[in-house]
Amino acid sequence: MSDEGMSVIVKTVSCVLVVPTVVFGLYVIMHGHLTPGGGFPGGAVMATIVALFLVAYGKDGSRKILKKDCLSAAESIGLLLFAALAFAGISVTFFSNFLANTGNWFGTVIPFGPNPGYLVSGGVLPLMNIAVGIEVFAALSAIMILMFSYSGDDSK
Amino acid sequence: MISIHFVAVALLISLGIYAVVFRRNLIKIVMGISVIGSGVNLFLVSLGYREGGIAPIFTNAPQTAMVLPVPQALTLTSIVIGLAVTALMLSFTIMLYGHWKSLDTRKRRLLE
Amino acid sequence: MCKVKAIKALTLLALLAMLVGTTVYMHDFGSPENAAMDDYFIQNGQAETGSNNIVAAVLFDYRGLDTIGEASVLFAAACAIFLLFRRSEE
Repeated sequence: MSDEGMSVIVKTVSCVLVVPTVVFGLYVIMHGHLTPGGGFPGGAVMATIVALFLVAYGKDGSRKILKKDCLSAAESIGLLLFAALAFAGISVTFFSNFLANTGNWFGTVIPFGPNPGYLVSGGVLPLMNIAVGIEVFAALSAIMILMFSYSGDDSK
Repeated sequence: MISIHFVAVALLISLGIYAVVFRRNLIKIVMGISVIGSGVNLFLVSLGYREGGIAPIFTNAPQTAMVLPVPQALTLTSIVIGLAVTALMLSFTIMLYGHWKSLDTRKRRLLE
Repeated sequence: MCKVKAIKALTLLALLAMLVGTTVYMHDFGSPENAAMDDYFIQNGQAETGSNNIVAAVLFDYRGLDTIGEASVLFAAACAIFLLFRRSEE
């Protein structure tokens, strides 16, 4: 069953929509410690573009663009990065925030109370947000690609 | 005093269990399990609500009276786990449809 | 067959009545009873973790072990789906 996908208008629009969607997903991930959001919603936002590609390009066309093995590797790398960041503070405890309140990299001291928000604060929280964002994006994309590529195979 | 929010939680969970018990279609059973998960999420969030509180985020916050943050964090965990479980159940449904050519649970027994 | 369905319906109604009856004993909506831990997180979370978002602070710092378990569950589900659809790929 050859699957050509939808018309050229839909393909072009889905290519154009890659940039705002990925930028918005990265914004949600990077500001996870300042605004509502974080690694999970940001990864889910970035995974919507994969769903759009699957619908627009069809089963065979999207197989050339999206590689399952790369996504599988990214999933493992995200989880390993998260575990490594958790283990990096093992000198105090597991999951100790060893970067917070040091005054240098990601260690801006924040007093209690409302403030406009400083991007380089939060210790290891932004880094963990990035790791979890990579993992969720890769896992959701891989799940969608696998489930989509099996559907319609009535011959097997 | 009965709160309408907890009654809504009870109705959602009962609706999900009704779908799991009485429906025959596998996809509807999966939907019922998702509805049970939504009811549990609503229960967790409404458990931590505080009167007049805002979301526990200090960026440009107008006040410091906030709702409880721990139930919200647990709800975030629960949502992602529910998503993973739903994806796995739907994959099993796809595989079973490939084998049986049917989604009805009464036509074929599971341990046939 | 009809009897089984009636028993199921009665059980379901009993469960619904039990769930709705339990809500009588819940605390009032909007005034949680044991909020000491959450008040500590709200008061000290910014100074201890440097994060404005207290939910993120709870998720990745105070209760990080929950989050790594959740990430592992997502990873395991993705691996299971990979294994499930492997044979149909060739």
